[in-house]
Amino acid sequence: MNEILEGLVQAARLVATLDRDLIEIAARSLRVTVTAVVIASALGMPLGAWLAVNRFRWRRHVIAVTNALMGLPPVVVGLVVYLLLSRSGPFGVLDLLFTPTAMIIAQVIIATPLVASITHQAIRELWADYHDLLISIHTTKSQRVRALLWDGRRALLTAALAGFGRAIGEVGAIMIVGGNIDHATRVLTTAIALETGRGNLSLALGLGFVLIALAIVVNVLVHTLSRTERASQW
Amino acid sequence: MVGSILPLRLEAAAVRRGGNRLVGPVDIEIGAEGVTVVIGPNGSGKTSLLRLMHGLERAAEGRVRWAAPRTEARTRQAYVFQNPILMRRHVVGNIAYPLLVHGVRRAEARRRAVDWAEKVGLGEALERAASSLSGGERQKLALARALIRRPEILFLDEPCANLDGRATREIEAILAAARDSGTRIVMTTHDMGQARRLATEVFFLLRGRVREAASGRGALERLATPEARAFLNGDILE
Repeated sequence: MNEILEGLVQAARLVATLDRDLIEIAARSLRVTVTAVVIASALGMPLGAWLAVNRFRWRRHVIAVTNALMGLPPVVVGLVVYLLLSRSGPFGVLDLLFTPTAMIIAQVIIATPLVASITHQAIRELWADYHDLLISIHTTKSQRVRALLWDGRRALLTAALAGFGRAIGEVGAIMIVGGNIDHATRVLTTAIALETGRGNLSLALGLGFVLIALAIVVNVLVHTLSRTERASQW
Repeated sequence: MVGSILPLRLEAAAVRRGGNRLVGPVDIEIGAEGVTVVIGPNGSGKTSLLRLMHGLERAAEGRVRWAAPRTEARTRQAYVFQNPILMRRHVVGNIAYPLLVHGVRRAEARRRAVDWAEKVGLGEALERAASSLSGGERQKLALARALIRRPEILFLDEPCANLDGRATREIEAILAAARDSGTRIVMTTHDMGQARRLATEVFFLLRGRVREAASGRGALERLATPEARAFLNGDILE
């Protein structure tokens, strides 16, 4: 119990003193995660909508695989990305290993199935509502997907935030491909793992509270800006 | 001069679902003018017939033939559903949507949508979420959205179901104006008073087949088959 209280005090002290290391690590966490979520949304949302609207032979299997990939083990993703980016790997020439870019790649792979799957679920329900109207108005397939993505944007926000939640709390993959290098690839989660390993539990807990606060602030900010709870809005 | 997509001909057309024939075989022709009202008991296939004509159902048998190529015919018709399908947008966004789909610039689409909203009495609700509208307002929105591209033919499935007298009168006034400006109307209704007021042609449907048709002034009263008379008298038909 004492350690939790100490953690809270540590978190308050780090924030109150605007600790330079904390600011740097938190900013990097945000930069890597937001970039990954933007890319994952750009890939996953159209994929999810496309799966909802189109009928093709292996559709059920593709949906099942996409859903299964939501549970992709981050450590395995990290290992595969590590092998691909390592000097002996096919993309070794790009020299990306142990950079924030490698961490973004790993997070994109982890978050995209989640975003695609939630998008598919939301858009499928909206498509059931809109189907007859959009067929009646004689829309093209791309117009249908665009209308569904636009009108389902609040549900898609949830998909993006779920992706954000998964990515910001991720440690296994980015530890492997980022290396937790100070002033280069250290982020909040890897810093927590490091401090825990050193036995500095109150600092680790303090960083953990900062991470939780950051996730909450981003969620509240996004909901506020998108006015999801405003009256007379969908 | 662009040719008309009418007449619409159904030649032994049928709709099947799960091996059951819901409609057909039906042989009818929808000419260029007037208001056709399809009546019949619940489950007689009125909605399926309307959906077949509009292209929302495929003809499992027979043919649905327009006087113009199918693609062109599809773009010059509109459909109003019994339960209006509202997009998750405000009123003006809903009405403007068909114009945007067919390449009209946003500003022009909005201007015309505002114009139509005022015509149907939704001028005060332009920026309201469509979901907040009453039943009558929703139907007016659906009508404005259907009419905004000036369709040559408009299909309506029970457009005044569950509406009060005032809303029904307002909807009928919009339909009469559309008819007078040259839009062909084909609709289903359970309201025999409405059928009397609007119909220039009546199809009586029973068990998926057109049992009787009548046209001209007082078309409803000309229905003479025992089943049609029983239906008009309020008897229960199966």
